[in-house]
Amino acid sequence: MSPSSDAKTTPKITAQVVAKVAHLARLDLTEAELALMTTQLTGMLDHFGDIDKLDLSAVTPMAQPFPIKNVYREDVVVPGLDRQEVLDNAPAPQDGRFRVPPSNGSES
Amino acid sequence: MTSEFVSVVDIVGSIREGKTTASAVLEQHLDRIDMRETEIHAFNHVMAESARANAASIDADLKAGKERGPLAGVPIALKDNMCTRGVPTTCSSKILEGWKPPYDATVATRLQQAGAVIVGKTNLDEFAMGSSTENSAFGPTRNPLDTSRVPGGSSGGSAAAVAAGFAAASLGSDTGGSIRQPAALCGVVGVKPTYGMVSRQGLVAFASSLDQIGPFTHTVADAALLMEVIGGHDPLDSTSLDQPVPSLTAVLGQGVKGMRIGRLADMPDGCEPEVLARLDAAFAALKAAGATIVDIALPSLSYCLTAYYLVAPAEASSNLARYDGVRYGLRVESADLISMYGATRAAGFGAEVKRRIMLGTYALSAGYYDAYYGKALKVRRLIANDFAAAYQSCDVILTPTSPTVAFPIGEKTSDPLTMYLCDIFTIPTNLAGHAAMSVPFGTGAHSMPVGVQILAPALGEPTMFRVAAELERAS
Repeated sequence: MSPSSDAKTTPKITAQVVAKVAHLARLDLTEAELALMTTQLTGMLDHFGDIDKLDLSAVTPMAQPFPIKNVYREDVVVPGLDRQEVLDNAPAPQDGRFRVPPSNGSES
Repeated sequence: MTSEFVSVVDIVGSIREGKTTASAVLEQHLDRIDMRETEIHAFNHVMAESARANAASIDADLKAGKERGPLAGVPIALKDNMCTRGVPTTCSSKILEGWKPPYDATVATRLQQAGAVIVGKTNLDEFAMGSSTENSAFGPTRNPLDTSRVPGGSSGGSAAAVAAGFAAASLGSDTGGSIRQPAALCGVVGVKPTYGMVSRQGLVAFASSLDQIGPFTHTVADAALLMEVIGGHDPLDSTSLDQPVPSLTAVLGQGVKGMRIGRLADMPDGCEPEVLARLDAAFAALKAAGATIVDIALPSLSYCLTAYYLVAPAEASSNLARYDGVRYGLRVESADLISMYGATRAAGFGAEVKRRIMLGTYALSAGYYDAYYGKALKVRRLIANDFAAAYQSCDVILTPTSPTVAFPIGEKTSDPLTMYLCDIFTIPTNLAGHAAMSVPFGTGAHSMPVGVQILAPALGEPTMFRVAAELERAS
């Protein structure tokens, strides 16, 4: 599975791959969801194999409609968001900050 | 005019001439909401109280001789993925239920500065992912013209709100057809502007290189007026085009004499015969008005679906990473951070959103990036090249907006791919970053409306609106 510029699509997607992707996406899927997702992703990726027949070797990728350069603004102070209004939306604000569960001991 | 309802232009004129007031106009729309909203479910949130206060303030100002802008007193609805300060903005997702943005989207600010009265936030497919508004966490929206059918999507609530007379106009967002397809299915006008013409600041991101905000209206002139209000450069959106919106209201009467209208030589399969008949009638109307019909080819058209359904989910999987239960929205408490993320996102996202996050994460992951996302970006270039070649010989291209009229609720929910095929004619525009709009042009099967789509190159809005106005005159 090493990246290669002329890699073909339609590598077989397995339940193990789907579980790995779910972890990367930080989605806890149930066994039933994993099974359904495996079937549905397989169906879609089969369909998406239609672009395999195109010769794309000389085509430049297009990530944006128009060429975009960095856009800067003048380096002047402007008002930011209201701190309390922002914190009021947080599930667990504490002392003007966002409280989160410990990251210690969890997997990377 | 697509229905019995009064246009934005007429509302503005009547209020200005003192024949009616902003408050009276608003009450007419709120009355219709009272009568039919339970059945239609166009809104996630009706803002009756603030709308009444705004309308009263506009009436007071106008009475005092103050200018209140080109949309003074016009009731307008916003898709519920556009931020409104202090007013819930949910994206029809449980993960944002209860969130009150601390700022306004640029389009909301511009509408309010122009005197519009925001009446509510409309339902959508969760995070704008869908073509029927059945993927909302708060239940589907129904088509006002036949409530057993979908309004299209993802901006189905915005289309239905205009079609039902709940608002004189509305805004939606279009990532792969989410304005044009519901406009077609509900019999109203819908515009997807050139990428960068309307600010995305405050639009909750789905696929940032494809998303664009645009209006739903009853008339082409109304759409032109709204475009002039919401369009134009915004320093808060780094992809905003640094130029003014061309005048659109001024060109509507210019006709299509001498214009070259492109027709697809190879029409994709799957179109209803009545839809194709209306398209033929549209070509005939433009020809009768002095335009020339030119056959063109878009050889990569059939690959657009694949390119779109790899690029859009890839961008979505990155954009939706922000919903982590830390700064806003839902949190499902858990012993450690990683499991809190996973549990929160599992509980907060619906099935279609999870499917697209998975597809996008897969397409971007190590070992698959080149095979999927990388290839999709190259196919995107091919379709842009196809358009560039086609526009050598024509000024605009006419296609159906949707291959079918509005379909029954539940008909396509079991198979995601079938639903994705609804977008075959609308997707290419977003991939290229061009302009397009849907104009109602008669009815098809089951007496449901058919929309004709006008495709134009980037910044081709003036030409596009001239064609739209001609089709409106002929319909």
